[in-house]
Amino acid sequence: MIALDHLTKRYGRFVALDDVSLELGDSGVTALLGPNGAGKSTLFGIVGRLLGPDAGTVTVDGLDVARAQSAELARTLAVLRQDAHVTARLTVMDLVEFGRFPHSRGRLTEEDRQHIERALGYLELGDLRDRFLDELSGGQRQRAFIAMVLAQDTKYVLLDEPLNNLDLRHMADMMKLIRRLADDLGKAVIVVLHDVNFAARYADRIVALRDGRVVADAGVAEFMTPHVLQSVYGAHVDVREVDGTPVALYYS
Amino acid sequence: MRIDAKTGVRVGVLAVAVLALAAVYLFTNVPGSLAYALRIRGLALGAMAVVAVAVGASTVIFHTITGNRVLTPSIMGFDSFYMLVSTVVVFVSGGVAFLRADATVMWGIQVAVMVAFATLLFTWLFGGKRRSLHLMLLVGIVLGTFFRALTEWLQRMLDPLDFQILSDTAFASMTRPDPTLLALSAAVVVLACAATVALLRTLDVLALGRETAVGLGVNHRRVVLILFVLISVMVAASTALVGPILFFGLIVANLAYSLAGTFRHRWTVPTAALLGLGSLLAGQIILERVFGFGSSLSVIIEFAGGLFFLYLVLRKGAR
Ligand SMILES: Nc1ncnc2c1ncn2[C@@H]1O[C@H](COP(=O)(O)OP(=O)(O)OP(=O)(O)O)[C@@H](O)[C@H]1O
Ligand SMILES: [Mg+2]
Repeated sequence: MIALDHLTKRYGRFVALDDVSLELGDSGVTALLGPNGAGKSTLFGIVGRLLGPDAGTVTVDGLDVARAQSAELARTLAVLRQDAHVTARLTVMDLVEFGRFPHSRGRLTEEDRQHIERALGYLELGDLRDRFLDELSGGQRQRAFIAMVLAQDTKYVLLDEPLNNLDLRHMADMMKLIRRLADDLGKAVIVVLHDVNFAARYADRIVALRDGRVVADAGVAEFMTPHVLQSVYGAHVDVREVDGTPVALYYS
Repeated sequence: MRIDAKTGVRVGVLAVAVLALAAVYLFTNVPGSLAYALRIRGLALGAMAVVAVAVGASTVIFHTITGNRVLTPSIMGFDSFYMLVSTVVVFVSGGVAFLRADATVMWGIQVAVMVAFATLLFTWLFGGKRRSLHLMLLVGIVLGTFFRALTEWLQRMLDPLDFQILSDTAFASMTRPDPTLLALSAAVVVLACAATVALLRTLDVLALGRETAVGLGVNHRRVVLILFVLISVMVAASTALVGPILFFGLIVANLAYSLAGTFRHRWTVPTAALLGLGSLLAGQIILERVFGFGSSLSVIIEFAGGLFFLYLVLRKGAR
């Protein structure tokens, strides 16, 4: 369980997270939604201990992220950042191998190799494994970073806009993979999405932030109403049902 | 794996070449007694090795934790800071006789003060968010100028005897090191290297950038602090032994990146040290035996290094 307790984060005077209390990752797939600047990445940053909160605490399975051993947390929780990039010049394989660092401190075991191969397989990166990251397309690079996060093999997986740069097919594949992580491997996945329809189709629970506050926290059916969508995005959105799944028509 | 094998061969060849150079330096062209020549040259070789390892390793580590390949500890004002510390130590200890009598005490104080201040400085400059390369260069220039001005001001007020002591530390040379200081510096550098070896794999993760490293469970703040201390120790030991060297680390580290062809520190760090020792030996042999002036090696190295530095800065600027 990831428990956020009265979390506040300011950038100067600007309040990016305003007294957020929330429990995440009990099970399944949680979609984190909200307009640009709502504070989603800030929230991930604090949970992933890249940022310190101004007030409040985050605990992961009872471990206070501000105080716990960094290595121990890295075996429990993995975060894909929205602007994931690395400064060194490395190959896809190198990157995915680094996902095992929290477990083996850089000396790969047979078990590590299996996790690496599985992550490469999930993301269909087998053929690209020896390519340097700067020789990949944006979507391929995004998949390489997700493979690294998967290789970390943590109970909690936080993905900040994993659909960035992905084409139609890979978007759907990514969401199916996320589903599989939750259903087959028992992981709790928290995923930032902008497309509410992907959230409606694949998530169990939808949490929405706006101006640093939680404005909605509901199951799919409850969330996918014009009223709730209006309160989250400040725009009128029609909702229809297609094959049993609610679909928001936000194109108009 | 493939890359590692290729790198291994290259580094192996380099190591053999450096050994050969060392043998040439020690055993050929002996004017008188071999034992005498070996003693003198052995000391010089030792000093070169200490400098090469300290400068090579510290520059590579510095590059990794600061996320650039143009700056070095020296370029950030380390050398002028060293002179300032030396001056202050001599200045403050003016009345304390034993300090002047014993070069090792002086050395110890210098190194200790250097390490403390340099660690503070680096942590302050590089510990927080990443700043632009050009800003950092500017900060380095300003700091260097500031320390130098302060040093000169203090030196004006020194009495002549103190000034003499100071000059000796400033112009220490690589070819005629003080044996005691050499032993001390070597010991310190060996210790720092041992600590570095334990962190080589963590350094690889640091090369991915702070965010990724934190995500992979590296206690970034603490590891970077430790590494800054190690860098400061190495550079201080080297500087206290042979005086300030500005650009040498830059050439050696960048050549090492090309030669090793990998970001992994278990290769780049030793490659930089080997390249350092190799180029010092080769330079010394050529200068001493072909041109007949042995003491100007550092000048030549600084000249070449300075040109390389300009090239790097201009090329980065052009992008
Ligand atoms: N380093 C910073 N300094 C100042 N303000 C910041 C900083 N980082 C984020 N902000 C501000 O905090 C707010 C929340 O940013 P955050 O990145 O968490 O939004 P987000 O919900 O992830 O948005 P997006 O959907 O665009 O990714 C924004 O208004 C942003 O401008
Ligand atoms: Mg964001």
